[in-house]
Amino acid sequence: MSRKSADAFRKISGNSGALRPSKTAQSLAPPLVKFFTNGLLRGAADVTSANYADETMSESIEQHAAYDSKVEGNIIFTQADAAINWMRKNSLWPMPMGLACCAIELMGSASSRFDISRFGAEVMRFSPRQSDVMIVAGTVTYKMALAVKRVWDQMPEPKWCIAMGACASSGGMYRSYAVLQGIDNLIPVDVYISGCPPRPEALIEGLMKLQDKIEKSESSKEHFKSEKTA
Amino acid sequence: MISSLTTLQDRFGESILEVVEFRGEQTLTVDPTRAKEILKYCFDELAFDYLIDISSLDNLGTEPRWTMVYEIYTMANRANHHLRIKYDLTEDSKADSVSDIWPTAGWHEREIYDMMGIEFNDLADHRRILMWEGYPYFPLRKDFPLAGRPSEMPDVAFTEKAPLAGGPFVTSSTSATTVHREPRSREID
Ligand code: SF4
Repeated sequence: MSRKSADAFRKISGNSGALRPSKTAQSLAPPLVKFFTNGLLRGAADVTSANYADETMSESIEQHAAYDSKVEGNIIFTQADAAINWMRKNSLWPMPMGLACCAIELMGSASSRFDISRFGAEVMRFSPRQSDVMIVAGTVTYKMALAVKRVWDQMPEPKWCIAMGACASSGGMYRSYAVLQGIDNLIPVDVYISGCPPRPEALIEGLMKLQDKIEKSESSKEHFKSEKTA
Repeated sequence: MISSLTTLQDRFGESILEVVEFRGEQTLTVDPTRAKEILKYCFDELAFDYLIDISSLDNLGTEPRWTMVYEIYTMANRANHHLRIKYDLTEDSKADSVSDIWPTAGWHEREIYDMMGIEFNDLADHRRILMWEGYPYFPLRKDFPLAGRPSEMPDVAFTEKAPLAGGPFVTSSTSATTVHREPRSREID
């Protein structure tokens, strides 16, 4: 769990509808939710295992019920996947890979009229090391292709890729000696957006599709797997 | 503006092989060996201070293979006169760089080298300009397929053949019947 995800959680934790609390948790927790960051993963792990063993469940509830809500704020019980995915999907920091005309539309999406920050993706990072989703916006020439791949390789997991526009998805109208016929030849793409260029609405819809995908991912499994191997 | 043409003809006589005037445009075909001298004279004496473009033609299948085209322009004395100077170049010879006359020629010549593979004498910076150093082909040549050719330079770049679905489709407008004039796939290798 990165720190910024936790920050994002705090930022939007007023919006409890987005989180899917379990039944027990709902009965325990008042609508306003505060996350206790230091205990997140331990607590989350407890709850995950509790799904499979009811005894542990009651134990962990007792543990948490001892938590002083007046001093510390309120607690919500949920599944680790739901919590992690919710934080991830609402704080996607894009790596803007603007290579041609589509990049203009990407800038439009980030600006006031379309305002991609409504979906938590306003923080364009020009450093791959701080980014979650690479938006390939434009024509990927062969001269640029390996550079894009290198930037992608520098992004830390978990990471996603949006191929924005015909060029990034398939080479577009450039059936040519100079243009890579789709960025998916080099890096795995999660969402393809059609259009030449796509309207900002289309980009935002693509982003929402990606959010749906993230929401369905088994992130905690991945997380604990990587923790074990580390 | 007539005067600059006559001055050139007086001065270089035989070396000016052909003059074509079409709707106020003047195109001179000149002797390749004296081409640079003529261009320099245009700059020095006739005040053609603006090099609009240099381009090259690939006359594949006829000799000589290349044609160099210089578009020059004068803004001095409000003359606003445009002159086109051409010369032919055999495949094995090099063109003379004019980057010492018009510094802007450097990039045009690098582009010609990159796309056509024509080399230049005395061009200070003789690198490719669009493709990467080490790309093995010259893509604007007529014998280079539109789809490109596969190539590989580890850690720099690679290319693949683009899928053209049977194309490019070419019409032969002079063919006798409609059946022959239909667009046909004409793929090189
Ligand atoms: S898809 Fe269209 S608008 Fe986008 S980069 Fe390609 S040519 Fe430009």
